[in-house]
Amino acid sequence: MSHSDHHSEGPALGHVLPIKMLVGVLVALLLLTGLTVWTGQMNFHGWDLKIAMVIAGIKATLVCTIFMHLKWDRPLNAIFFLISIVFVAVFLAFTVLDTYENEVNVEALIESKR
Amino acid sequence: MTLDHKRLGLMYLWSIIAMMFLGGAFVMLIRAELFSPGEDFVSADTFNQLFTLHGAIMVFLVIIPSIPAALGNFVLPLMLGAKDVAFPKLNRMSYHLYVIGAILFVASMLATGLDTGWTFYAPYSTSDSPAHRAILYAVFGAFVLGFSSIFTGLNFLVTIHKMRPPGMTWFKMPLFLWAIYATSIIQILATPVVGITLLLVAVERMLEIGIFNPALGGDPVLFQHMFWFYSHPAVYIMLLPAMGVMSELMSTYSRKSIFGYRYIALSSVAIAVVSFVVWGHHMYVSGQSVLVSVLFSAITFFVAVPSAVKVFNWIATLYKGSIRLTSSMIYGLGIIWLFGIGGLTGLWLAALETDIHLHDTYFVVSHFHFVMVGSAIMAFLGGIHHWWPKFYGTMLNEKVSLWGAGLLFVGFNLTFLPQFIAGTQGMPRRYFDYAERFEGYNQISTVGAFLMGFSILLIVINFLRAIRSGKPAPANPWGAVTLEWNTAPIPDPHNFDDAPVVGDPYDLSIFKWDEAEGGYVPTRPVPGLPYIALPNADSTESQH
Amino acid sequence: MTESSATSHVHDEHVAHHFDDAAQQFETGKLGIWTFLLTEVLFFSGLFVVYSTLRNNNPEVFAYAAQFLDTKLGFLNTCVLLLSSFTFALGVRNAMLGQTKALGINLVITFLCAAGFMGIKYQEYSHKYHEGLLWSGSEHSVFKANLDDVHPEIRAHSSVWGDAQKLTPEFRHEVGQFFAIYFCLTGLHGIHVLLGMILIAWLLMRNARGDFGPNNFNAVDFGALYWHLVDLIWIFLFPLLYLIA
Repeated sequence: MSHSDHHSEGPALGHVLPIKMLVGVLVALLLLTGLTVWTGQMNFHGWDLKIAMVIAGIKATLVCTIFMHLKWDRPLNAIFFLISIVFVAVFLAFTVLDTYENEVNVEALIESKR
Repeated sequence: MTLDHKRLGLMYLWSIIAMMFLGGAFVMLIRAELFSPGEDFVSADTFNQLFTLHGAIMVFLVIIPSIPAALGNFVLPLMLGAKDVAFPKLNRMSYHLYVIGAILFVASMLATGLDTGWTFYAPYSTSDSPAHRAILYAVFGAFVLGFSSIFTGLNFLVTIHKMRPPGMTWFKMPLFLWAIYATSIIQILATPVVGITLLLVAVERMLEIGIFNPALGGDPVLFQHMFWFYSHPAVYIMLLPAMGVMSELMSTYSRKSIFGYRYIALSSVAIAVVSFVVWGHHMYVSGQSVLVSVLFSAITFFVAVPSAVKVFNWIATLYKGSIRLTSSMIYGLGIIWLFGIGGLTGLWLAALETDIHLHDTYFVVSHFHFVMVGSAIMAFLGGIHHWWPKFYGTMLNEKVSLWGAGLLFVGFNLTFLPQFIAGTQGMPRRYFDYAERFEGYNQISTVGAFLMGFSILLIVINFLRAIRSGKPAPANPWGAVTLEWNTAPIPDPHNFDDAPVVGDPYDLSIFKWDEAEGGYVPTRPVPGLPYIALPNADSTESQH
Repeated sequence: MTESSATSHVHDEHVAHHFDDAAQQFETGKLGIWTFLLTEVLFFSGLFVVYSTLRNNNPEVFAYAAQFLDTKLGFLNTCVLLLSSFTFALGVRNAMLGQTKALGINLVITFLCAAGFMGIKYQEYSHKYHEGLLWSGSEHSVFKANLDDVHPEIRAHSSVWGDAQKLTPEFRHEVGQFFAIYFCLTGLHGIHVLLGMILIAWLLMRNARGDFGPNNFNAVDFGALYWHLVDLIWIFLFPLLYLIA
């Protein structure tokens, strides 16, 4: 490994995460997973999925910001990732809306065939 | 094998031209068959395979890669002032994936025919019809080609973000690069969706998973949502680079700075983003709900706006410019007409009331040929003519180039203008036969198609001749200011030894035509411009 | 910033010729891998769209089908994958610090976790195969519209056969759709786990050669990012498939 003097290396490139932080995140993730299972067994009257997704979102945020280093990266990387989520949301929104709007027609058709 | 982006670009160029001939051969057969109604020399079944292969090959193997993979690969690093793209090995892999995809498509031709139309609609494409193996090959071929496209887009996007030279801020970048950047956004976000869609078609064929099959409780309209979520942005993958080429052509050959630089740059990104929210306009009659159809229709009208912005800016660039009618410029001027028609006819299709009648007629066929061929392919050819001197260090025979461009333009209009009328009068697309009253339109169209075929042949033979026996090219035959011209007549393998000095890429006043020298000379000393070498007296014919 | 000599002569052997320096190479590579992860998100999104439309339009189907998925195994798999993300992150740390041996150990543990995940998956899949808990189009499915189409082996051995007979044909098809999307989602995810295992094996090989250190750890860093994405996707899959009340 050469040590040419005008190349920046070491701390600037390799940001070493403290072990305690990584362990902390793992523990938090495992606890949140347990929480997901526990709340999954309860009935929240239509809010089940939303609660599960919120917890999943928190877990995802932990993985992204710490394990995947986004907290210390250039913002561009995080922006890219969020943009992909936005486009997925657009895809979901229109498609689910369309099939939802059509369900009335589908059900009417099934009824008419009985 | 080479890692040099320039050589990869040329390999793509010839592969794409070869595929263009393959797809073109199929359409010659189609137009010959359609010259008169009734069965002439192909069966209905064969006809279905012909238009499917024509469409699939042209879309996936020709137009989508064309400008980005061939011209983009060659020009982007040079125009950016970089030594190569960000990931040269990935770039080479993109080319290999292209070849594999092409082989799979050719294999699908040799297996029992593929007759679903290039859109592979379920449940026909997923049901166990006799065309079993062919569909699988084609679907896997398209899947592999998708990765080629994704990796190219990824490479270009990262290169533009991270490898601009000092001084080249975003708004100092040439518009061709803005166009490639916007295209890359689409390639990266949209192509994976068609990837999973095609994978599901393959899985459905092989395992009968049933997601799109109504007989198993599946939803065929869901296929269409997933397919068009990619395929609509895909048409902008085809169009945006063409618009990038247009900006370069308009500016260079009017000897004028491009009008409205910032608006053109931002409109590229705007088109890329908005293109993701309009896919349902392909599905008005498929069973899509009324609410969603209305939403898509409204947003589709919006996407026309940034495109129109570009057209107005190009025309404004021409105004009071010193127009030079080279073959590249002929292509460019032709595009203003062709894209104008293509874009405007899109509005009839965006509107629900008219689309109900025009859907799946020749009106649609003509519309998309005006934009995909009349704009994208014309820009591809115009770009080849424009950057050709850098490819092999030779000049094309300008006279033949002019003839090629002119004949192609005439042939194109002959082919496709009658199709609009036939479409509004009710002639359906993808039909093997048609009513007697459409015969006249079809005959004109067929004549035009053969003229187009002849023109393309002429153009490509002109390319081939110029490789060996073209006149040696000067470093900057067009007096352009973007960085790729600031290189030797054939650029060094490493492009630039040092980061080039960046100025205004559209300050064409730097160069003036000097009759005595027979080329462009600088009007003032410009730092970092070593390759303003003048042509030898005997190496140019008159460029006017 | 016009000095140009930095690029031409003295070159860090780990920096490719077309980059100015190691920092640019690292930043570029990072953006590259994140862009690739973007494409993976969009790749899976198609399946999430299929899932969402199905669930939105047939919530009762999902409620019914949920009983057939073993929450305990799903929970176990989630924990295994989270642990593997942790060990891979430790590995990245090791690479940056030049701790070759520790990196090797952490990569091996990650690999074993991944293998464990696949093992549990295999268990779940074979159980479903034997019970006929498959998509309607499959020969071995118990969820056929026409009950006569159900394979005699399934009729004989599946504990679900009794229940399946009491459902309407349309409902059976809908449950079949649930399993179609279940297998597509977990299957595609599983393929990505396998690909990740190949990646980890490759990194192990390179580490054995002594490739990695404070000046050269990009491959480990970027590989870990891929693996974390695989974990991320499972973080969402788990509640969506296994925890439907």
